[in-house]
Amino acid sequence: MRVVIAEDSVLLRAGLIKLLETSGFEVAAAVGEAEGLLAAVREHRPDAAIVDVRMPPGFTDEGVRAALVMRRESPEVAVLLLSQYVEERYAADLLSTSTSGIGYLLKDRVADVSVFLDALRRVASGGTALDPEVVAQLLLRRHRDPLDRLTPREREVLALMAEGRSNAGIAAALVVSESAVAKHINNIFAKLDLPHAEGDHRRVLAVLRFLDGES
Amino acid sequence: MASISAATRRARAHAPWSSAAWRDTAFVASGVPLQSAGWLIVGALWTAWTPVKVLPVLVLTGASVMLLLLALRPLTSWQRERCWALLGLRVPRMPGFEDGRPWDALRDLRSPELWRVLQYHLVVGPFLAVGGLAVIAAWAGGLVFAVSGLYAWALPPGGPDLAEHPRRVVLLTAIGVLLLAAAPWVAAAVRRVDARAVASLLGPDRAKELQRRVDDLAEKRASVVDAADIERRRIERDLHDGAQQRLVALALNLGLARETLAGVPDDAMRVIVEAHEEAKEALSELRTLIRGLHPAVLEDRGLDAALSGIAARVPLPVRLRVEAEPRASSTVEAVAYFVVSEALTNVVKHARANEVDVAVLRRGDTLRVRVSDDGVGGADPSAGTGLTGLARRVRSVDGTFRIASPAGGPTTVTVELPCAL
Repeated sequence: MRVVIAEDSVLLRAGLIKLLETSGFEVAAAVGEAEGLLAAVREHRPDAAIVDVRMPPGFTDEGVRAALVMRRESPEVAVLLLSQYVEERYAADLLSTSTSGIGYLLKDRVADVSVFLDALRRVASGGTALDPEVVAQLLLRRHRDPLDRLTPREREVLALMAEGRSNAGIAAALVVSESAVAKHINNIFAKLDLPHAEGDHRRVLAVLRFLDGES
Repeated sequence: MASISAATRRARAHAPWSSAAWRDTAFVASGVPLQSAGWLIVGALWTAWTPVKVLPVLVLTGASVMLLLLALRPLTSWQRERCWALLGLRVPRMPGFEDGRPWDALRDLRSPELWRVLQYHLVVGPFLAVGGLAVIAAWAGGLVFAVSGLYAWALPPGGPDLAEHPRRVVLLTAIGVLLLAAAPWVAAAVRRVDARAVASLLGPDRAKELQRRVDDLAEKRASVVDAADIERRRIERDLHDGAQQRLVALALNLGLARETLAGVPDDAMRVIVEAHEEAKEALSELRTLIRGLHPAVLEDRGLDAALSGIAARVPLPVRLRVEAEPRASSTVEAVAYFVVSEALTNVVKHARANEVDVAVLRRGDTLRVRVSDDGVGGADPSAGTGLTGLARRVRSVDGTFRIASPAGGPTTVTVELPCAL
């Protein structure tokens, strides 16, 4: 799996390269700013890009903007954003185009090597990986809408769905059986008035509903 | 007894040979030319040329007035020098009147300073000049009359022979002595009136002066508060660019070692695992520290984003309403952020609440912050350092801090921050 890294801290860039190469990824390019990232993605056509949000020259949200450009130019490249802080609106911006192949994590999560690699693989194969903090913020926002009808447990399940986990992953995280998870998910679909259709499609719709609130 | 001794003291202080008498006299006498200068300047042109036709009269009037207005500033500053040099009386400058080029003072004829200065130089001044002349006359006349008994010897023979009129000599000498005795009193009186007139007419307006001082202090304080805030942001940035990146890299490497190293003795692996956990713990503590300083999200994305970040980490349901547009200055935003952050920390620690309500609303020039919970109440601002720190930080930007927390609850913290600093 080929990856491009955009991270302005030399130390962290080196660490990421070592981590990825040890774990069987191929690092096609590693750059320090947003322009270089776009060029590298155009040149190498990687499977995924790991992008720091705060990069030169402005040190604000260059990474998010570059990611949005990448989404338009090469939607097949998955993007995993790393940030010093997470901001649900960045997540909403990114997910408004499509919910596949997107990840948004606190930079600190890199330290949890296996969790991080897990998220990267999930994103690279078209899934989503949202930081639990983003999800918590999203839940905070959605207080007076159909999501209010969800029970706390169903909320937890939906949050884990938004993080990009499979039923098995959700079951493991909540320490319940997979059938219990499936039941919760069906309840969620019903409460959010999602039509019966192909399962994955409804999953995406549920997450979108979760992210948009009022749709 | 006391009144007699007081009278003696006063008499001694006003004796013709006392230093006070000489000081007052010097002061009053030196005022005469300056105090009569106003009208002399107005009249100066007319002595050279006295037209009778309307137009020349108007032109000459205008020129006289211009001349007077131009003379006001030097006259005023000479008066100030006189007070300082002879009385040690400090009359502060009038910033509105005496700054800039000489003709700047004339630009605004409605300025109260100009009219006060005119009042001194044209109205009060001439009377004081008359007073000054009277003092000089008293001294001179007093001396002349007091020594009239000596004229018989001093004057060349052939003149009026005063020795023939001993009663007249006695009378003249008495008048002279009286004049000499009176001169210091008159000088003191004129000096008092003059000093008061100079202070009130040639010095800055007291109310205005205070206003200026308040403005000045407010500005200084604002810059101190801003400087502290800028410093916080700088520290945040340094920590983020330095320590935090290093720690992430360190934790990453330790994590990598933990996952990939095979065949390491159990003891060594245990050390690696511990180090990894420690590094992650340090990272999370550093993040909390940075969040408390001045989080980058606040600067980049504003209060709404920053507050939803902290609210999301609170382990109870938080209702958050933020309408903070247009954005306040970054200092005010930092205070609002700090208030909510501290208040939420207090709620979590002490309130035993089920729910928190946070509202940050911009209403005109005020940013209103309210944090209320349904907990047990009884928060005492005088007991906890957290609340005192909060109140102090709010006061640093002229905000108001109120807390209502009856025993049994609920607790509401209300803060109002002025946005137009």
